[in-house]
Parts: sequence; structure tokens; C-alpha cells
Amino acid sequence: MSVMFILIGCSFLLAIGFLSAFIWSVKSGQLDDDYTPSVRILFDDFDTKTPSANKKETALEQPEANPVKPITQNQ
Amino acid sequence: MATNTHNTTQAVTCFHCGDNCVSTIMVDVHSFCCAGCKSVYLLLSQNNLCGYYQIENAPGTTQLQPVMESAFAYLDDEKVTQQLLAYKDQNLAKVTFFIPTMHCSSCIWLLEHLYKLDTGVLQAKVQFLKKELSLSFNPQQTSLRKLVILLSKLGYEPSLSLNDLEKRAQKDYNKKLSYQIGVAGFCFGNIMLISFPEYFGLDQFTQSSFSKLFGYINFVLSLPVFLFSAQDYFKSAWNGLRKKHISIDVPLALGILVMFARSSYEVISGNGIGWFDTHAGLVFFLLIGKWFQQKTFDTLSFERDYKSYFPVAVTVLKNEASVTVPVTTLHIGDRIQIRNNELIPADAILLKGNAQIDFSFVTGESLPVSKELGEIVYAGGRQKGATIELEVCKKVSQSYLTQLWNNDTFTKNNQSAIESFQQQVSRYFTIALLAIAFGSAGWWLANDSALALNAFTAVLIIACPCALALSSPFALGTAMRLLGRNQFYVKSPAVVEQMAHMDTVVFDKTGTLTQPSEAQLAFVGNPLTLCQQKLIASVVAHSVHPLSQKIKQFMGTNQLFQVTRFDETTGKGIEATIQNHVIRIGSEKFVNQQPMGTLPTTLATRVFVAIDNYLLGYFEFKQAYRNGLSEVMQTLNSNYSLYLLSGDNSSEQNQLLPYFQNPNQLLFNQTPAAKLDFIQSLQHQQHKVMMVGDGLNDAGALKAAHVGISITENTAHFSPASDVIMSATVFESLPRFLQFARATRRVIHASFVISLLYNIVGLSYAVQGTLSPLFAAILMPISSVTVIAFTTISTSLLAKKGGLQ
Repeated sequence: MSVMFILIGCSFLLAIGFLSAFIWSVKSGQLDDDYTPSVRILFDDFDTKTPSANKKETALEQPEANPVKPITQNQ
Repeated sequence: MATNTHNTTQAVTCFHCGDNCVSTIMVDVHSFCCAGCKSVYLLLSQNNLCGYYQIENAPGTTQLQPVMESAFAYLDDEKVTQQLLAYKDQNLAKVTFFIPTMHCSSCIWLLEHLYKLDTGVLQAKVQFLKKELSLSFNPQQTSLRKLVILLSKLGYEPSLSLNDLEKRAQKDYNKKLSYQIGVAGFCFGNIMLISFPEYFGLDQFTQSSFSKLFGYINFVLSLPVFLFSAQDYFKSAWNGLRKKHISIDVPLALGILVMFARSSYEVISGNGIGWFDTHAGLVFFLLIGKWFQQKTFDTLSFERDYKSYFPVAVTVLKNEASVTVPVTTLHIGDRIQIRNNELIPADAILLKGNAQIDFSFVTGESLPVSKELGEIVYAGGRQKGATIELEVCKKVSQSYLTQLWNNDTFTKNNQSAIESFQQQVSRYFTIALLAIAFGSAGWWLANDSALALNAFTAVLIIACPCALALSSPFALGTAMRLLGRNQFYVKSPAVVEQMAHMDTVVFDKTGTLTQPSEAQLAFVGNPLTLCQQKLIASVVAHSVHPLSQKIKQFMGTNQLFQVTRFDETTGKGIEATIQNHVIRIGSEKFVNQQPMGTLPTTLATRVFVAIDNYLLGYFEFKQAYRNGLSEVMQTLNSNYSLYLLSGDNSSEQNQLLPYFQNPNQLLFNQTPAAKLDFIQSLQHQQHKVMMVGDGLNDAGALKAAHVGISITENTAHFSPASDVIMSATVFESLPRFLQFARATRRVIHASFVISLLYNIVGLSYAVQGTLSPLFAAILMPISSVTVIAFTTISTSLLAKKGGLQ
């Protein structure tokens, strides 16, 4: 029956392993946010090249070719 | 450039924000409602970030309001950045922004890919439920100001308020509770495992050395439970006793202590294996209950004061140069400059410009108020329109509005709480428990002294009110979740129980009983012809005045004439010429030199219209009451006394009178401080008062009341500190929520009876000195689970019956 001592020792080592894993996960903030990771994991990699037409588009600062009149902004 | 502007007749929605496009801008194959939305799209497509549009349809927010880069100049100020940044060294800075407009998966995706738009960004991480974005960036490559401008251009303007400058207290106690639960659960499980031979009576088959070993292992395992997991119960029981207050923690702490002491004694003296399993299980269940009770709505903030609304910095004019200074350093006599949509941080005298002040967050009044030069403008208003200049006449913390927070109500803690059922019961419970324990010990001393200590400890162990301690957290916690599903967000479960006690409901008027977003607009006079409508629309389209924009919407036409002359006089009106017609729109004096005379005087805002000196009539803006107001008031009237506290004058008294029992329950012209005083005077008459309000001017009353409900059109927006944040859309259900709170209280009463029955069964064995550890180990979890199941299920059923979703 002395094998029981080893078995008890093993079972405790295993359980302590789980406990320390839990404490580590709390400490590293894994339980702070239980929603965002569930969304993040579903993101595909969208970084495929967009049509080359877009690249010719100039930056934000360039004035509009046809400026929108302020009137039409008031819906 | 592939840009192309043309008007379309059928409804086209914007590819970026999903709004209907009035005039459409086409880029590639997509349509946009405005230049702002288009530029966000261009920025994203240049950086290969079009994935933004693949995750959700039209995920953006409308970009009609252009971003004012100069408005963020204060972010270059060393003092301000130091307070905003969580960490900074030469190559690394960390900051956390609160972004109210974050709303979908696309937002998460784009914000976390921010490094593609600004190479200085090292890491971006979103906490969606809290609407927070944590950024690490290299301060040599980018700056806080650049990041905020970039975010604002994308439609994710971070909310930066005075509150952000004061370091937020970290919520580490939540983590401690997690550790305590983890440790207790670990020990509970292992102790159960080790106690199995005992449960099945296997002792006879194994050597007795195992039995002894198991006892010691259990002892070692329950040490962390006793010393670490259960420590808060001892602390709180001791603190309560020192204040001569017996809380539920006293019998709990007593039970835990006695259980541990007796078990340790039994194991060490070799008399048995003790009650370590019950001990660990009890602490574990109690902590779960505590955790359930602590769950709150992460996204909502219930503790906002004026600081979370006031800006961080303001532009001060010094010797003709403008400097940005933190508002905390504003001095009396400083000349400040307030641009469109900026907030006035301190009481100030208007010196220059056309002031149209929007006080909607303060009073709930939806229409801006115009101010004359030399008039005092109170802090908290938001300028709508052109830039104005003012001279500060009060310090920020001493303003008409902000001095409210110097009142005792805000410094004292929780003085208005009503004693909970649990608190009431635990006092009698503890006394009865001690009486039974000492009584049975005394009886056994007289008869069979060997059993006296056994009976005494057994009583304290079995009567440990675990089930009682769990009933309130689970009933109220479930109620809180169900109310939350109905857009009635309660600060903590305890508030649900407080709601059940109310006998008086006090309402604010503007913004609470009236709908801020929908001021009713009507034209009084001869009906306008289509041509007249077009003329008016063409004129008001050129004005940025909020009333003009409302009239423009009301006219509902998009065909506009060319305006040849346009002249807007501040605070008076507009004179314009279209095809030889002179159109005057504005105040009565401005439009019509001879006043009409016998107009009924109300406070409703009026805008007069004359074409070619012929007065057509006037537009009248009236506050609209909320939908279902009369039903709500009728239902509440039968159970509660109702009061009205309004900051406005009594012009609407007659419309509101039918809803109240008698006229002296309607109080008008109330200052924020007077509202607070009135609530306190009701409380002195032993009334249990619930306040329903919306603006910062109700903040004092909301805080003082037993239950303060702030009603808001958008829960992501600002709402003053309160116990409950209620979405305006569910105003009609208010009586149902109160009814449900009372039903929940009955569930707590019933579950108390159940837990008492279990206690009586256990006690009947305990007093006879025949309570076995195995029996306790079975009874304790069963009673806890019954109570948890009963409260959760019956609360949910009552919610369904009460018409909640």
C-alpha cells in the first residue's frame, strides 16, 4: 500500500500545478476582459493588397475636386 | 481623382457610417454621405485596412463634424501629458483612452491595427466592454496629440476629461477575491478527495496510519483556507463588533473559527478527522456568493461628477497670444476663448461673440440659450456656433454648479442607506444562535459534561448561516442582471433591495419628464406655401444656429434657392434676399417692428418669419413629454407620493398638475442646492426617497436620495453619479421595475425561511450532541445549493411574470 504515498504526492503536484496556472492567469490579467479575445480570435488576415487604383489616391490633405457645399451637409 | 458628386433621389446609405446620404460622394464603387466619411475610407484603403468594412457593414461613425486639430493643442503641454500617460521613458510611453464611440468588432480590429497608420505605435489593445484602448507608443516617433488627432479623424475621439488627470484607483481587490476563490476551491476539492475513505467507511479496510495521515493532510490543506481565503470575514466581523454592530459576518466568522479549532483539536489529539471538508466548502460557497455580488456593469460609470465632464485644458488669451492651460490653473480675470462645441469650464462673463450655450448635460434643456454681452455664463454649458471670448469670474471648483460638490453629501459616505433585510435578520439570528449554543452546553454540563463542548461547537458549526448569507447576493444579483437586460442598470445588487423600500418618487422636469431630443416644432400662422417653405429653408441653410438647423429639418425640402444677400445679427435674427424677396427670420422685435401685442406668454421659444415685411407667423419650439408619461404617473400615484423639482419657472404647471396629487408637490425655480435640500428634508420626515433626474444640476439630489436614478438617452454618454442608469427608452417600464424590486425582496424572505428550516434540522442533531461530520458535510452544500437554485429560478420567473424581458 505504500504506493499510495507516491500517488497522493503526484495528485498534489498536479493540483498545485493547476492552482499556480490559475493564479498566473489572474495575475497576468487574462480574466480582466472576457469579451474582446473572443472577437479577436475570429479576425481573418485582411492584409491582402487592395486594387492598385486606390494607391493612386492622394492623401487626406489634398483639396476636393468637387467640394461639397455646406448646404448639403445639413441633411 | 475618382471623386464624383451628384444628387440622387433614391435613398443611398453611406458605405462608411450607414447613414442615409443626402448628397452622395462616390469613390471606387462605394457611396459616402460626407467628405469626412470619404476621407476615413481613403485613409484606410491607402493603408490596406479595408478589412474594417468586411467584418461589419458600415461600421463607421458619421464624420459630419470636422476634427479641429487646434483643439487638441493642450496635449503638447508637458504637465498635461505627464498626468495622462501611465508610463513614460525615452522610447516608450503608455496611455489608456476611453473611447465612447467604440461599438463593434470592426472597431476592435481597426484600433488594434493602429500601428499601420502611425508607425510610432508599438502596441494597441482594446478592452471592448470597458471601451478602453491601451496604447504603447514611441514618443520620439509620434506624440500623444498626433495619436488623439488620428483617432478623432477615424471617428474614435477619446474622451479626455478633468477626471483622467487624477489617477484612477486600481481595482486590485477584485483580483484578491479571485485568488481567495482559487485557493479555497483547490483546498475544498482536495480535502473532499482525501475525505472519501471516511465518507464510505473504508477506514476498516485500510491501515489506521492512512487515516491519521489523511487527517494531517486535511489540516495542512485547510490552513490556507482559514488564514487567507476566510480572512475578510474575520476582519469585517471584528470591525462590526468594534462599532457595536452585529453583521451577518459575525455568526459566519464564529462558525468558521469554531469549525477550524475543533477539527484541528480532533486531528491532533487523534479523536477523529474533523470537519475540514465542511469548513473549506463553506468558505468556497461564501466567496462565490461574494463574487456574484461584486459583479457590476463594466461599461457604465456610476461615479461621474463634473470632473468627468469638464475638459482638461482651455485656451487662455494672454497679451493677444493664445496659450493652452490646464483648467485647474485657471485664475479669476483670465480671458478664455471657447470654440464651437467646447465647454465653458468656469463661471465667466461674456466679452465677445455670439454665445449659444447648450446646457443639455446640466439642465436637460435641449435648446441652446443665447446670452448677451456682459452676461454671466455659468460653467458646464457648451458653446454652439462661432468662437466666443469670456472673462473668468469664479474658480473652477467654486462655480455655481461645481460648488454643489463641496456639500457634505458628497464627502460623507453612504449616509442614506436603508438597513438591508440581511442586516436586520443577522442581529436576531446571532443572538438566538448564541442562546441555543450556550443553552445546550449548559444543559449537557448538568447531565453529561463530556458532551457539553461537543454540543456547543456543533451548534455553532451547523447553524453557520451559509445559506442565509447566499440568499441575498444571489436573489439581488440575478435581479440586477435581469434589470440590466431591460436597460435599467443598477450600480450594485444592494440597490435593488433599496428600491423595494421606496415610498416617495421625486422627478426632475426638463430632460426627465420631457424628451431632450425631440423638442416639438410647430408653425403658428397661416399654412406656408411650398414656395415660402423653400425660401425659408434656403435662408436657414446658411446659418449654423441650432434653431435654424431645426427649422431647416422641419421644412424638409432639399431644393434651395440661391441667396443673394445674407446678414445674420447675433442674438436677433437673419435678414436675407432671394430673388428680390426680403426674408427676415428671428426674434419678435427683429422681424416685426410693431409687436403683435396679445400673444399668450409662455416660455416656449419662438422664431418669427416675415417675407417682404409681411409677418407670416412664428415657429414654436415646445418640450415634448416622454411617451407613456401619463400611464407611468398614474401607476406610481397609487403607491408612491410624487414630487416634481424643476429648475425652470412654473409655465408648465398646468400641464403637469394632473399627474400629481396636489399643487404643492410641484416645485419650480429650484437651484441645484435647493433640490438637494428638499430631498434631505423629505428624508428627515422618514420618507424613503427615490430621485429621477438627468443633468448635473440634479447630481446633489441624486446623491442624497436613497436611490438616485439618472435617465439618459445614450448610456455611453455622460450621466451624473447615481445608483441607477436608466435608458430613456424604457421610461414607461419604471413602475414595473419597482414592482419587480419588491417581488425580489419577497424571494429573499422566502429563501430565508428555507435556510432556517435546514438550520432547524441540523440544530436538532447538534443540541443532542449527535451531529456527525459526514452529515454536516452533506447538509451544508445541499442547503447552499437549494437556496442558490431557489433564489435564481424564482427571481427569473417573477421577472417574466412582471413583464420584463
